[in-house]
Amino acid sequence: MLSYPFMQNAYMAGTLIAIISGIMGVFVIARNMSFLTHTLSEIGFAGAAFGIFMGWQPLNGMLLFTTISSIGVGELGAKSSRRENSITAISALAIGLGILFLSLADSNASYATGILFGSVIGISRQNVIQMVALSAVVLIVTAFIYRFLKFDSFDAIGARVEGLWTRTLSVIFLVLLAFSVSVAAQIVGSLLIFILLTLPAAAAKYYAHTVGMMIGVAVTFSLLGVWIGLYLSYVTNWPVSFFIAVIEVLFYFSALIFQRLKA
Amino acid sequence: MTESILKLNQLAFAYSDKQVFTNLNYDLKKGDFLSIVGENGVGKTTLMRLILQELKPTGGTLSFLPNRQAVKVGYVPQFRNIDSEYPLSIQDFVGLNFARVGLPWLNRAERKRVSDILAETKLIQMRHRPLGQASGGEKQKAYLAQALLDQPNLLILDESTASLDPIAKTELLDLVKQINQEQQLTVIFVTHDIPLARRYADDYLFLSAGHYEAGPIAALTNEKVGDMDHA
Repeated sequence: MLSYPFMQNAYMAGTLIAIISGIMGVFVIARNMSFLTHTLSEIGFAGAAFGIFMGWQPLNGMLLFTTISSIGVGELGAKSSRRENSITAISALAIGLGILFLSLADSNASYATGILFGSVIGISRQNVIQMVALSAVVLIVTAFIYRFLKFDSFDAIGARVEGLWTRTLSVIFLVLLAFSVSVAAQIVGSLLIFILLTLPAAAAKYYAHTVGMMIGVAVTFSLLGVWIGLYLSYVTNWPVSFFIAVIEVLFYFSALIFQRLKA
Repeated sequence: MTESILKLNQLAFAYSDKQVFTNLNYDLKKGDFLSIVGENGVGKTTLMRLILQELKPTGGTLSFLPNRQAVKVGYVPQFRNIDSEYPLSIQDFVGLNFARVGLPWLNRAERKRVSDILAETKLIQMRHRPLGQASGGEKQKAYLAQALLDQPNLLILDESTASLDPIAKTELLDLVKQINQEQQLTVIFVTHDIPLARRYADDYLFLSAGHYEAGPIAALTNEKVGDMDHA
């Protein structure tokens, strides 16, 4: 299986995606941003479609759209009651735009399904290189702001009274999230990106009680999901995102059962 | 004469539509345990936000002595959103306050400081337990430990005992009193609970609408607090 270059690329990209998603996911869950992550992936879809329409790499269109909107959402996000509705409105707009750009681009349907649902064969070596670069940015910035991000994510009130620069942090985090969404969408597709960015971390919180351990568990769960998913997809020729979704959901529900049994 | 740590001089604050207080004068001495009492809406929280510099006075001054840099404020807020599924252990929660530029993990000296403070706040036995599963009293102790982690010299407890049962209240305040006495930590305790203030505080500052009074705690008589909620 690994003698095929496309499978090598898929495994390299998948491994990167799993690591980034596991790390970022822990903060997504702690900051209650699952819903926003979902929206960012829809915005990513619009961006990818725009990219195709413009004749760019879909990843570049995605990066453009998700980054701009993550900064915008950060500004909108002051009041949480207002936030939910604004996010829904933005989602609707994003999906609408995505459909428009796809139809204007007059590309074939399989290209569209690739963007929405992900694909194994679509990843070139050049994509992998770009993903490595983006992931490196995410990892380095996260490492640099890690202690601040941890405080703000896991104890927002405490961080505020200690005078942390919480607003700036939240914008930086959203931009990192935009990068992660764009990277991860390459394999699981924009519709299912939130699987990797939320479920492994949501499961991890039942097994681990330090931020470091949660990251470890979340990365493990997402790596297992991606690796096994890619293998099963290769063997069965079924879509990889289906397998990843099923595996991550299983991890999540077993975590809930584990929690129930412990209590 | 003990030195001052915080001085309010003709302090006034007004929101756009409402004057909260005017001409507030107070001289907080180093090592003092001051209780700020008063009903809801008289400006206790506003005063705390002024001290935390989240708000700016609309009149008068609020100064830290000998200078701003010399005073490090630790604040234990009234509300915290920690639900029963909150995953972090008490130890990891307390360590969050080491938010500074550095390696992602805590170094040896920082880990030592975390375990020292856990021992001091009597949380060492349960340090690995998730905070979400801790009792109300243990949670307040963890908030206290987190605020004390970077060694403040002025500690503010904002209604920290409000939701606790009598035993947990006493435990928490015994602990604060002990640190107050042993380490000369200046404490501001904002509360509704007059008997508790009498038991622990050295001095009081009683705020009521358009008026304030201050003095040694023994002078806080029932007539003064009137029909205020004594709960």
